[in-house]
Formats: sequence, structure tokens, C-alpha cells
Amino acid sequence: MFEIGLSHYLSVAAILFTLGIFGIFLNRKNVIIILMSVELILLAVNINLVAFSVFLQDLTGQVFAMLVLTVAAAEAAIGLAIIVVYFRNRGSIAVEDINLMKG
Amino acid sequence: MTYLLCIFMPLTGAAIAGLFGPWLKDRGAQVVTCGGMLISAGAGLIIFRDVALNHQPITVPIFTWMVSGGFEVDWALRFDALTAVMIVVVTVVSCAVHFYSIGYMHHDPSVPRFFAYLSLFTFFMLMLVTSDNFLQLFFGWEGVGLASYLLIGFWYEKPSANAAAIKAFLVNRVGDFGFALGILGTFLLFGTVEFDAVFGAVSGKASAQMEFLGGQYHAMTVLCLLLFVGAMGKSAQLGLHTWLPDAMEGPTPVSALIHAATMVTAGVFMVARLSPMFEYSPIALDVVCIVGASTAFFAATVGLCQNDIKRVIAFSTCSQLGYMFFACGVSAYAAGIFHLFTHAFFKALLFLGAGSVIHAMSSEQDMRNMGGIWKHIKFTYAMMWIGSLALAGVPFFAGYYSKDIVLESAFAANSGVGLYAFWLGIAAALMTAFYSWRLLFLTFHGEPRADEKTMAHVHESPKSMTIPLLVLATGAVFAGYVGYDNFVGGSMKEFWGNAIFVAPGHTALSDAHHVPGWVVHLPVIVGLVGIGLAYYFYIVRTDIPGAIAARAGWLYRFVYNKWYFDELYDALFVRPAKYLGHAFWKDGDGRLIDGLGPDGVAAAARYLAQRSSRLQSGYVYHYAFAMLIGVAGLVTFYLFVRAG
Amino acid sequence: MIVQALAFYLFAIVAVASAVMVISARNPVHSVLFLILTFFNAAGLFVLIGAEFIAMILVVVYVGAVAVLFLFVVMMLDISFSELREGFLQYLPMGALIGIVLLVELLMILGHWLFAPQVGDARLHPTLALDQMSNTHALGQVLYTDYVYLFLGSGMVLLVAMVGAIVLTLRSRDGVRRQKISQQLSRTRRQSIEVRKVRSGNGI
Repeated sequence: MFEIGLSHYLSVAAILFTLGIFGIFLNRKNVIIILMSVELILLAVNINLVAFSVFLQDLTGQVFAMLVLTVAAAEAAIGLAIIVVYFRNRGSIAVEDINLMKG
Repeated sequence: MTYLLCIFMPLTGAAIAGLFGPWLKDRGAQVVTCGGMLISAGAGLIIFRDVALNHQPITVPIFTWMVSGGFEVDWALRFDALTAVMIVVVTVVSCAVHFYSIGYMHHDPSVPRFFAYLSLFTFFMLMLVTSDNFLQLFFGWEGVGLASYLLIGFWYEKPSANAAAIKAFLVNRVGDFGFALGILGTFLLFGTVEFDAVFGAVSGKASAQMEFLGGQYHAMTVLCLLLFVGAMGKSAQLGLHTWLPDAMEGPTPVSALIHAATMVTAGVFMVARLSPMFEYSPIALDVVCIVGASTAFFAATVGLCQNDIKRVIAFSTCSQLGYMFFACGVSAYAAGIFHLFTHAFFKALLFLGAGSVIHAMSSEQDMRNMGGIWKHIKFTYAMMWIGSLALAGVPFFAGYYSKDIVLESAFAANSGVGLYAFWLGIAAALMTAFYSWRLLFLTFHGEPRADEKTMAHVHESPKSMTIPLLVLATGAVFAGYVGYDNFVGGSMKEFWGNAIFVAPGHTALSDAHHVPGWVVHLPVIVGLVGIGLAYYFYIVRTDIPGAIAARAGWLYRFVYNKWYFDELYDALFVRPAKYLGHAFWKDGDGRLIDGLGPDGVAAAARYLAQRSSRLQSGYVYHYAFAMLIGVAGLVTFYLFVRAG
Repeated sequence: MIVQALAFYLFAIVAVASAVMVISARNPVHSVLFLILTFFNAAGLFVLIGAEFIAMILVVVYVGAVAVLFLFVVMMLDISFSELREGFLQYLPMGALIGIVLLVELLMILGHWLFAPQVGDARLHPTLALDQMSNTHALGQVLYTDYVYLFLGSGMVLLVAMVGAIVLTLRSRDGVRRQKISQQLSRTRRQSIEVRKVRSGNGI
């Protein structure tokens, strides 16, 4: 219980990951929440990478965690820019209104 | 050179007139084709002198047509007595018809096309008669079929002409199918299609067996019967005759050339040409004889009641072809060809004379609307008399010699089949004389039944039409007398040479000269009786025919409707085929193939696409949900399947 | 030891709880703030495990840049919050079911597994003991040598993202007066002023 091992970290990551996915499809009104959920998922991934890196005593995992951070930052920037443009054009960022791809 | 000139001048004329018709105009096309035919006819007469009279058969090779493994077909022109006779008939009659057509067709808007077809037909017919092997024979055979189709349907604006052309083509298809099967069987049996090779090998295969339709049969009988089916189709014998009367939809010169003098006799020619094969199959000969005799009788009865002047002559042609066939059937090929020879002249004469009448009567063809015009067209009247006298076999006209020798041969065959043919032939001769004079009396005598305007317009035909009539009339008068000795008389053996083969023991023709006197005189007597009856019925007591028709109504209707052959075929073949075709079209093609195939697949794809496009709701969370399910599924898979 | 365990549970529980709040908060601004809290606690977890450089980067990049960007955008966009949460519960049962199934399965994986004995041989960059080299130093030695191309590549990704964000959001609005120095300087008198005679008593 008080011996903190790899499993503990992985459990936290799993919970965060699930919450992130949960957030994506429970959300109906706001695309920004979806973006945040994506960030949560990426965080979960990072926790996994770092935890394995430490417990396996291999730095590669941490390097990749940094790369994931970079991509997450870029993705957030682009995603938010798209949301801004979309809001400017449509006047709404409600997920329910975004269905131009409907077949 | 003469040989090639004779064969290929018509083709040249046809090609020029057909391809350059619009530039040549009517006159140019006429000059080209008629000039070609004139050269061809001249060459034909020279060939006849060299080959037939001086007994110098020759084969002119042209080139190798096809080589496929052991199968080799040469293109060669074979000239022997039989070919020479046919060439004379074809070229002379064709030449006369060409010139006649100048006058007859001068109203028509597409004269070059007509002359091109006519010359093309002549070429194919010459190919047919000069063929050196079965394949070449088949080429000419189909070629004349094509030309016949084109010419019957020459006035393609007329639905009836189109229907008649298609009917002729289809009925000939039935015959040609048998013919083609016969050729294939011949190749199967002999391994070659060259006439000489096949004829040389026949005696060795005389008792060969062949598998056909799952049974073992006498090979020669199978082959000959199949080939004879082809002859029946082309020569309008009983069963496959239905196209000939309808073929009268074509212009009259065409009827004279194709459906009286030349093409329809191709069957007779073929049987004579293949006499070495037929001679080895007694059954096939009997069949030929029975079919021929039955046709002669059948067509004569139908001819009694027809009202269309051309149809009367058409049925008479059918009947005379029957005579030729039963002559061949009793191994008197020479008699058959002799009758073919004389018949070509007087039947072409009759047809062209009828054309002259029709021309005079402003395209009226129904004899019930004619009458009393002999004073206006005396020349045509005289020509029709000559033709009819020759047809009826009145002494010293052409028909007298040939028809008598045919009937005498049938009698001299001294077999049941021969006697059957003889008596039916006598009956047909009686009816022939009757309906010929019925035609003459109805057309030329009695009260005029046409309206005033037509009667005022009745006129003699122009020179271009009367001169060919004169040429043919000369043939109709003298051909029999001149040809008798060579064709069937004393110098028969030298004349025919190797062209016709008669098995030893088949002596009908030589015995024909020694039959009892009553057999010799009977045809003439019944002919005269027929003429007398016709005179009595249609001049003296004009009420009798009507009374008979009323009294024996069913018989009249039966005969008038050509023994209901057309109706029978309609019910037996045409309607079921049409029904079947309709079913295949609507159900087979429309519902089954299209329904399941193109349309069905398209509809299914459309339906599936519509259904699956529902999946693309466009909502992000639906996609996310799907991804989540996928993640859950993958995890489950790895957890329980891979790891477990 | 017990302190470390307590710290772990503290950070982990706060992180999970604030993550729940991120996806369930009624107000997006609150969501962003809870997101920041989540990242802070994740950074704490990283420090706890000994990956202090990643922890600092997380704070700097996420809290300093990304989260602020979120906050900025959320506040800039004129969204009526009242209707934002409607229909939230509509898909909850199904979503919860799937999510819980997934979670249970993930945790089941954690239940029984162990490293292969030869896993140590597969190490690419073994971590040195802390007394020999700090985490940051070691990371830098790896990143700028073996992963230098990936490092440069991630720099390009960021550059492209920046350019993309600018291109996407830049627009020229009508009716906005700006200074255009060259145009203003190249004006001539003829274009700018006109001399009119004005009669007394009449306007122009």
C-alpha cells in the first residue's frame, strides 16, 4: 500500500486517460473541452512514458515525453486557432453544430 | 483471261456502281453494270463453247484462301460442263435482266444501288457455280443469299418488303444451317473440302458409318441429307418454300433473275454437282425425289388460286424446281439440269413479261383488276404466250423437251418413288397448264376490270424492256430443241464428261428414251387438257370458278392460303420464338441479368451507401465514441485473447 | 518512505479529481483552471519519481503557455455558458459503461505482469546515479546527441504550428484605419487639396 511502484503510476495514467476519453464524448457543447480532454490523454501518455523510463532506468522515455509535450503544445495552438476561426465564421463552437462532414 | 473476265466483270461493275453511284448518276451506273454484264455474257458463251462443246474442262487457280494446320482451302475456279451450263444461264439471263431493268426501273430514285446489287448478285452466283470446293460453294451460297435479301428489301420503305426480306433470309438460314453441317461433316469424314479429293474418296467411304445426334448412321446418307436441307432452303422446296412467294415483294426483274432463273436453282445445281456423293446414298436420293415431287404438286395446286400475277409465277417456279429435284432424285441429273436450263429462259421470260404487264398497268399486280389489255400491249401478250407454251410443255417449245425427259426419267426409274414422282408430276403438269392460261385469260382477255385512268395509260414497254424479252423468248422457243441432244440425248456422255457422276445401275435417264408411248404423250395431253379447261372456265363459262370456290369453300381456302404453311410455321416456330424471346428479354435479361447484375448491384451499392452514410453523422463525439469502442475492443482482445 | 507514499496519493487524488472537474465543470473557464491544477499535480508526481526536468517543462509549457492560451481563447470567444452543458447526461450511461469497462481492463493489465529478466540489456540510455549526474544534465546529454534531429524536428513542428496559427487567425478587417506610411508620404498636393472659389452667402 505504501510501497509506491510502477503500477501506481500506471493506474493514475489509466484513470486520466479514461477521463480524457470520457470528456471527449460526453461533451456536447464546447469544442474547447474536447481539446482539453485531448491534453489530458496526452498527459496520461506522458505519465506512462516517464514512469516506465524511471523504473526501467532508461532516459529514452523521458526524451519522448518531451517530444510529446512539444507536439501537444503545437496541437493546442493550431486547434485553438481553428476554433477561433470557426467561431468567427459560424458564431458557435457547439459540438452539436459541427456536422458538416455528415454523409 | 476469258474465264476471269467472265467472273469478275460483274463484281467490278457492282463495285463501281455501288461505291460511286452518286457521282455516276443513273446513266453511268447502267452503262458500267450493263457493259460489264455484256462482256461477262460474251465471255460466258465463249466458255460454254470451249468447256462444254469442245469438252475441255479446266480449273483456274487464283490463290490460297486459308491454311490452318492440315486444313487448306484454295480459291480456284472450276470449269466443267455443269459449270459452263450454269454460267451461260446466269450470264445471259442476268444480262437480259440488266437491260430490262434500265426501262423497268427508270422511275426509281436509287437506280445505281439497284444495278450494283444486281451485278453483285451475278458475281456471287458465278462464284457459286464455279466453286472448286465446299467452302467456296458456301461463300457463293451465302453471297447470293445476301444479294437476294438486299434485293427483296430493295424498296426498304415498304414494311412488307422488309418483312419479306427478313423472312427469306431467316428461312434460308434454316437451310444453310443444314448445309453448313453437311460441309463440316464432309470435312470430318474426308479431311478435305476439295471437290476432286472428296469425290475421289467417296467410293472408299461408301459404307462408312458416322455418329450423328447420338446414333450411328450411314455417313453418306447423313451428309447428303444435311446438304439437301441447304438445297431445299435455297430452292424453296416443300417445307422451306415459304419465303419464295413473299420474295415477290422485290422488283420484278429481281424476281425474274434471282427467284426464277438462277439463285433458286442453286439447290439443283448443288445436288448435281455433288452427284458423286448422292449416288452413294439411295435413301438421300429417294428423299430428294419425294420432296421434289411433293413440291411440284403442292406448288401447282396453290398456283391455281392465287390472284397476284407474280405469285402465280412464283408458285409455278416452285413447282418447276420440284421437277428438277425429282429428276435428280432418280439419278437423271442431266435431265434436271436440262430442265433448269430451259426453265431459266421461259420463267425469266414470264416474269419479265409480267413485269411488262405491271409496268403497263401502273404497278397493278392483282389479276382481278386486269383483263382486256391484249390489244394494247400486243408484244408483251405474244411473249407471255411463248413463255406459257414453253412452261406448259406444248410440243417444240423448250419446256416440252425438258419436262418430258424429266417425267420419262421418273417413269423409267421403275421404282415406287419414281412412279410417285411421275404421277404427281403429271398432275402438276395439268395444273401448270391450267393456271398458266388462267393467268393469260385473266390478264389479257375478258372485260377490262381496271379503272378508266389505268386503262387509258396502258402502253407497250420501251425498247430496253422488249429486246431482252425477245432474247429470252428465243431461248424459250429453241433452247430445248437445240440442247436436247447434248444434254440428255445421244451425245450426253461426251457432253457432261466427269461433271456428273451416275452410279452404274442407275439407268433412269438412258431408259427414259425407251418408255411406252403413252408415257411420252401423256404430259402433252394433260397440258392441252389444262389449257382447254382454262379456256372453258375463264372465257366460255366465267361463272364456274366462282361456283366451284363457293361449293368447295374449305378446299379453296386451304389451297388459297397455301395449305396454311405460313400459319402453321407462325404457330409452330414464330410465335413460340417470339414468346421465348420476349420472355428472355423481359424476364431473363431485364429482371434476372439486369436486375441482379448492373441494376441490382447499383441499387445494392446505393442502398448500402445510404445506410452506411448514416454512420457519418458528422458529430465529433460519435467518432470519438467509435474510437473508444475500438480501444476497448483492442484492450479486451489483448487482455483475454493474446495474453490469456 | 511513508511521506513519499502520502505525497503520491495526495498528488494522484488531486490530479484525478481535478481531471474529473475538467470534463464536468459547467463553466469552461473553470475547466481550464482545473486543467492547470491537474498539470501541477502531474508535475508533482514527476518530481516524486525523480523526473524533475519533465516536471518543470510541464509546468512551464502547459501552465505557462498552453493553459493560458486556453484561458485566453475561452474568455475571448463570446459563448453563452448557460446552454453549454445541456444534454450532458444524455450519453452518460453508455459512455460511463464503456469508460468503466476500459478502466477496469487497464487496471487488470496492471494486476499481473513483470519485466522480462533481460529487459536491462535493452536499455538505450541507462540512467546514471544522481550523485554522478543530475536528471537535467543527463537528459540534455541524450537529447542533444542521439536525438538531435528529433529535437530540431520538434522545433520545426512548433514553428509550423506558430505560422499556422497566425495564418489561420489573421484577417484584414474592413473599416479599420491604419497607418500606411508609404502611402501617406507619397501623397501630392494635387491629390489632397482643392482650391475653390466660394461666393459669399453660398456654401460649396
